Amino acid sequence: MTLSEEELAEELRDGVMAGAPSRTRLIAGRFFRSGQGRLGFAVLALMFLLAFAGPLVSPWSYLDKDFTAFLQPPSPGHWFGTLQTGADVFAVTLRGMQKSLVVGLLAALVSTALAAVAGAFAGYFLGWTDRTVTWVSDLLLVLPAFLVLAIMSPLFGSGQWPLFVITLALFLWMVTSKVVRGMTISTKEREFIQAARYMGVPPVRIIFRHVIPNLSSLLIVDATLNVSTAILTETSLSYFGFGIQPPDVSLGTLIADGSRTAVYAPWTFWFVAGLLVVTVLAVNLVGDALRDAFDPSSKRAR
Amino acid sequence: MSPVLDVRDLSVSFGGVPAVREVSCAVRRGEVLGIVGESGSGKSVTSAAVMGLLPPGARVTGSVRLHGRELIGASARELTSCRGKAMSMVFQDPLSALTPVYRVGDQIAEAVRVHQRVDKEAALVRAVQLLDLVGIPRPSERALAFPHEFSGGMRQRVMIAMAIANDPDVIICDEPTTALDVTVQAQVLEVLKKAQQKTGAAIIMITHDLGVVAGFADRVLVMYAGRPVEVGGVDDVYYRTRMPYTVGLLGSIPRADKGGRRPLTPIEGNPPSPAALPPGCPFAPRCPMRIDACEEREPPLFEVGEGHRAACIRWKEVAPYDAGAPEVSGSARRERPPRAVLEVRGLVKDYPLFKGALFRRRIGTVHAVAGVDFDLRQGETLGLVGESGSGKTTTLTQILELAPPQQGSITVLGHDTARLDAARRTGIRRDMQVVFQDPLASLDPRMTVHDILAEPLHTHGQRRPGRRIAELLSLVGLDPSHAARYPQDFSGGQRQRIAIARALALEPRLLVLDEPVSALDVSIQAGVINLLGSLRDRLGLSYLFVAHDLAVVRHIADRVAVMYLGRIAEIGQVDAVYRAPMHPYTQALLSAIPLPDPVRERARDRILLEGDLPSPADPPTGCRFRTRCPKFRAELTGDERRLCVDVEPEVRPLGADQGAACHYAERRDVV
Repeated sequence: MTLSEEELAEELRDGVMAGAPSRTRLIAGRFFRSGQGRLGFAVLALMFLLAFAGPLVSPWSYLDKDFTAFLQPPSPGHWFGTLQTGADVFAVTLRGMQKSLVVGLLAALVSTALAAVAGAFAGYFLGWTDRTVTWVSDLLLVLPAFLVLAIMSPLFGSGQWPLFVITLALFLWMVTSKVVRGMTISTKEREFIQAARYMGVPPVRIIFRHVIPNLSSLLIVDATLNVSTAILTETSLSYFGFGIQPPDVSLGTLIADGSRTAVYAPWTFWFVAGLLVVTVLAVNLVGDALRDAFDPSSKRAR
Repeated sequence: MSPVLDVRDLSVSFGGVPAVREVSCAVRRGEVLGIVGESGSGKSVTSAAVMGLLPPGARVTGSVRLHGRELIGASARELTSCRGKAMSMVFQDPLSALTPVYRVGDQIAEAVRVHQRVDKEAALVRAVQLLDLVGIPRPSERALAFPHEFSGGMRQRVMIAMAIANDPDVIICDEPTTALDVTVQAQVLEVLKKAQQKTGAAIIMITHDLGVVAGFADRVLVMYAGRPVEVGGVDDVYYRTRMPYTVGLLGSIPRADKGGRRPLTPIEGNPPSPAALPPGCPFAPRCPMRIDACEEREPPLFEVGEGHRAACIRWKEVAPYDAGAPEVSGSARRERPPRAVLEVRGLVKDYPLFKGALFRRRIGTVHAVAGVDFDLRQGETLGLVGESGSGKTTTLTQILELAPPQQGSITVLGHDTARLDAARRTGIRRDMQVVFQDPLASLDPRMTVHDILAEPLHTHGQRRPGRRIAELLSLVGLDPSHAARYPQDFSGGQRQRIAIARALALEPRLLVLDEPVSALDVSIQAGVINLLGSLRDRLGLSYLFVAHDLAVVRHIADRVAVMYLGRIAEIGQVDAVYRAPMHPYTQALLSAIPLPDPVRERARDRILLEGDLPSPADPPTGCRFRTRCPKFRAELTGDERRLCVDVEPEVRPLGADQGAACHYAERRDVV
């Protein structure tokens, strides 16, 4: 098959075709070409920057208490005002965001990834793989997640947040994995999967190259929703005194505390809540843009 | 005689995009008008506009007169009163056109009662009569059946029965046989003819199949880009063609009656998008006779003969397509190459049939493939043909799986699949590749063309495939710079080229083609067939070509195997089989193919098979074909029949490279 070699040799000086666009680059390109994607990404990046670089410019740390100002409205000394304890709202909000962003985003990603992999494997291989996955997910579905997390909370001491993330994720993936399993079974019958099989592509690679990308719309929506679910679960856990333990704070504990004083001291509540809303919104924008970028049939910004 | 239905300057547009432009046609009583065109040419929209069935967003101008009564702009009530009564329709997909939850008889009776004041009993009696008329055996019994208990051909008969229930004056048939097998198509066309004789209705036959039109229609209207480009009597259009597009269409159809390897003449390019029509003649960008004047303005329909009009400014110079005389010489028989790339011996595949959800019990076995033998040599093309349910796809999957068969043996490139380890199997996958029917389904929609082509290369250990991908794309006639696009950005023909490029990526020796052109329009199909032919010759490939279109198989294959109900009925060198088929089934199959040649088509007599394919779960004893065999029914004596009932015939060699599984095989010229 060397017919066109000569003609092509000229056109194909190395570098022209060698850098042919891979899927990752193409999707990244399409993602950043959409206004939504850019906005969402920028806001999210800004949030991270604020959460992690903000404490450096703030004169207060989240542990400090200003005993001269209890429950004061925003002022040049305390940008977001202070809490009843005299803690600086700006400092604790940033601290809370650090935790919530990391916990929320990571837990969502981990749970969606888990759902995708478990569901796709179960649906693709069926047989005992399917039975095992179904059994495990059914078991986790019937276990009261809240109780288990509450019981395990002593383990999430300081510095143990990765464990918390994983445990949180462990209780979020089951329903999605069942949807993924069903969709995999139908996707598996499609001809391009058959074509890949007959080409000799190993099953695991088929799952990661063909099955999961074709379910990406579902997975991205799921991950986006999971971010809010994870943040809220963490919030409610923290509200009941599990999860993030004082003196450490999270958006959840802050909102829980702030809601009590929101009426007469709105700054204790609205800054935190506003940032949470903005974060979730940004995540949704990113999710939408990513879904469009993955889906070649969406109307595109070419 | 004044026309029953008169369409004048009918134009339809959807949101400013014209779908149909200035269609004028008229049908008289008892006349058949064929409307042909490729997908997107506006033929179905025309029929929907005539019936008043367009969606609300459509803008319709012009006039449609039924017996002089204007239908465009008529009230919904007026339209309802003539729909189904004066004018009725037969749709393409008979399953979705029948309501699944009502009995067939009741549905026909309903059609009767909507327009006639008769009581329920009388309507049911009429329904049974109609079922009898369209050739449904035991009509009074079958009237009580539900649509899913009918086969595709039977359902289409029911649709025809409903269409003629009220003695309509016009029957519009929208691709009535496209979803059907060729022998069933012949049956249904016969029923349509009979229905027409009975009712004296005019028929508008919308189809993409020039063969069907040739035998069935009196006049033809060829549509392109939403507009009629040639209208005239069948003979005028086929033999005295005056429009380059029609010439192109006729030239791009592979013919079942012409042997020899003559490359088809595909029409270059793709039909224009209705949203972006070229300024002049819409066909000009693809026309081999284009001159500058073509691009100035759209040509009107010129009167080029008695009742024959064509939209081409150079119509005087257009040379009709010359199909060439049917070759007479025995086309030098080529020796079969010595090396076999694929050998299938006694292949059997059964599927168990279960019933019940809680306690599953086996209630039977579907004998999908019941003992198939064939071999394919290096550089050869074997066409595997048969109707749906004949087991050709199962045979194919068995080969592609490379798993040990249930019974018999499959030897691919010298390796018996029963004795393969995983590494060997992967090795063989490299040498055996597959191209599927629907290129949109077989290309991962989420992957770019580059990634699609890179996949086989990566899988078999090639690190930097960029160069090879460009090479492959130009090999199949695509622009290498298109590698960054997604499959959906391409047209059907181009997608199939991508699928072929992917199959060729690893330089295989055996290519399995599963209906590779049946999803494509004729003008596009010809290009892909030519590509396959030239690739085979250049790269020394062997093809296992599965198709239901016998004309395509004759064009591309060296040898052909005809399957019926899981067994091979006839196998042999392609010209020998087509010129003188031995097996009664092959004879019926070949005689059922419509030829795009009106004179020959009218002169042929069809061997019509009765009934449908028996269920593969319960095949007849002895010869599987005997229940439908015209020979068994008409020619054989009682003693001779006993052999057919008792003994299942094996394929036995008859002639140099031809064999048939029939106890009483004899040559017969049918094409």
